[in-house]
Amino acid sequence: MAVKRIGKQTIKFHNPPSIIGTSSIVGPKEGDGPLRGYFDIVLEDDTWGQKSFEKAEAKMQEEAIKLAIKNANLSVDNIQFLISGDLLNQIISSSYTARQIGIPYFGLYGACSTMTESLCIGAMIIDGGFADNVVCATSSHFSSAERQFRFPLEYGAQRKFSSQWTVTGAGATVLSANGNGPYITYITPGRIKDYGVTDASNMGGAMAPAAIDTLLQHFEDTGFTPQDYDLIVSGDLGLIGRRIVIDMMKKKGYDLSENYTDCGIKIFDVVEQDTHAGGSGCACSAVVLNGYIYKEMKKGTFNRVLVMSTGALHSPISTLQGESVPGIAHAITLENLPR
Amino acid sequence: MDNMTNKEYQEYLKRKIPKPDYLNNSIRAFIVGGTICLIGQIVRNMLFRFGFNEKEVVTGTAIIMVFLGSLLTGLGIYDKIGKFGGAGAAIPITGFANSIVAPAMEYKREGYLFGVAAKMFTIAGPVLVYGIGSSIIVGLLYLIFTAGR
Amino acid sequence: MEYLTAFIVGGLICVVGQIILDSTSLTPAHIIVTFLIIGVILGALGIYEPIAKFAEAGATIPIPGFGYALSKAAIEGAKSKGVLGAFAGGLEATAGAIAAAVIFGYVTALISYPRSKS
Repeated sequence: MAVKRIGKQTIKFHNPPSIIGTSSIVGPKEGDGPLRGYFDIVLEDDTWGQKSFEKAEAKMQEEAIKLAIKNANLSVDNIQFLISGDLLNQIISSSYTARQIGIPYFGLYGACSTMTESLCIGAMIIDGGFADNVVCATSSHFSSAERQFRFPLEYGAQRKFSSQWTVTGAGATVLSANGNGPYITYITPGRIKDYGVTDASNMGGAMAPAAIDTLLQHFEDTGFTPQDYDLIVSGDLGLIGRRIVIDMMKKKGYDLSENYTDCGIKIFDVVEQDTHAGGSGCACSAVVLNGYIYKEMKKGTFNRVLVMSTGALHSPISTLQGESVPGIAHAITLENLPR
Repeated sequence: MDNMTNKEYQEYLKRKIPKPDYLNNSIRAFIVGGTICLIGQIVRNMLFRFGFNEKEVVTGTAIIMVFLGSLLTGLGIYDKIGKFGGAGAAIPITGFANSIVAPAMEYKREGYLFGVAAKMFTIAGPVLVYGIGSSIIVGLLYLIFTAGR
Repeated sequence: MEYLTAFIVGGLICVVGQIILDSTSLTPAHIIVTFLIIGVILGALGIYEPIAKFAEAGATIPIPGFGYALSKAAIEGAKSKGVLGAFAGGLEATAGAIAAAVIFGYVTALISYPRSKS
């Protein structure tokens, strides 16, 4: 009997895991954005002295993991599992990082939903008593993602209005069975939703149905309302996706207009920084969660936050073959005081 | 949401995307495309002044424009021209050069064989295939239609 | 005078491309290939010739001009050398530009690195 399950998709932890250390590393453009003060390291050069953008991304993830463990006042030996993923083919950034960290590793592919996906799994491992400490991490790099999913950097193509800007950065979270918060109290892992959107330059629109589905399920399973949260934040739906979520949730009787935002909107000044519909990428929700949200929760600005990273699970090949973009969203509830 | 069909959602989504600024984009494409052609005309007139014949001038102009496109790509300028001018930067022959140089530079880390040399034609390859292919068809059709005469 | 016509005609060809780019989900690569084939067809039908005479670089620098050069040379090749000319003509006439793109592309790749956008 799965006693920790409530409703159809949600899990309520009996021993809520605590976040005991976080880290966020971002590239220069993100460091120029509105959240600049919240990041642990802002790179001046987005290759970080490496020979390729892929190597730079792996280095960011590795340093982010080490820094999060250090910030938790632990050493790598105290961590039992590394749970991570990224956007590159065969999740190479994460696997090369795991090679350096040298602890048991679960590699995930959840595209931009990886941050909360890894936290869902990490939290279940802790609550289940399978580990005392785990570290969850993810990374993305504008230039490594761009060459895999879109065009070469020096190619003179215009970006569509609906397109989003992949965040260069890495974030890591150390979860522990012991700690004094913020705690992960509930998780609602999401289902794939695919409404046949084939335009890979409109990720927000492709992922919005998954976000709406997860939100509705979360509220239904837990009995919460949006007003029970100080902040509800999605991963990288951007301006278009956010508008759809607010609109659709209103039709279902949930008012999100007051306390709902999106990491992709928070991280850049979309007008000043010319990021069109906003930020995206694994690192988008990772650095906003581990930088801004964690630090503001520690200060007590927010006591109850719903974080929901969103992922577009297509590939360059599926796009060329005209296949649609499957979307997913995983929600986690962060609380300062578990009830 | 659940009661929406894929088609209904896609229609709904279309309405949520702001319309592009057609006028502004077109003006910028006009200026950039026009300027590149103007530069081409200057090159062309100069080559005529050096005493080359029509055929040599056409080839020479193309080579010089391709060189300029490559140079600006290598200097990291052409992508900015493209961002500003859109089709105005893509349609002139300098854009063809950009589409070859950009992937060649990008894939240097993957080696000189399968990186630079192979990826060079990811965007320009189709241009050559359809361009050369259709010209052969035109040539053959010409032969067929004139065969009886 | 030829500078003005080159600017206007070249600019207008690009505007047509821009409007298609903005109103469809086609990529620049689709537009370029389509324009190229249109140039080949217009060249074969003898419609592009007067445009090129009138606008000079304004018609030959945009990609339809490349298509026009290809089909014009293929027809000339067919006229003088038959089937062999139909095959080789187009490529012969445009060989300079293609060879230039290959060598300049390669050399540029050797000496420069792509930069991240900001």
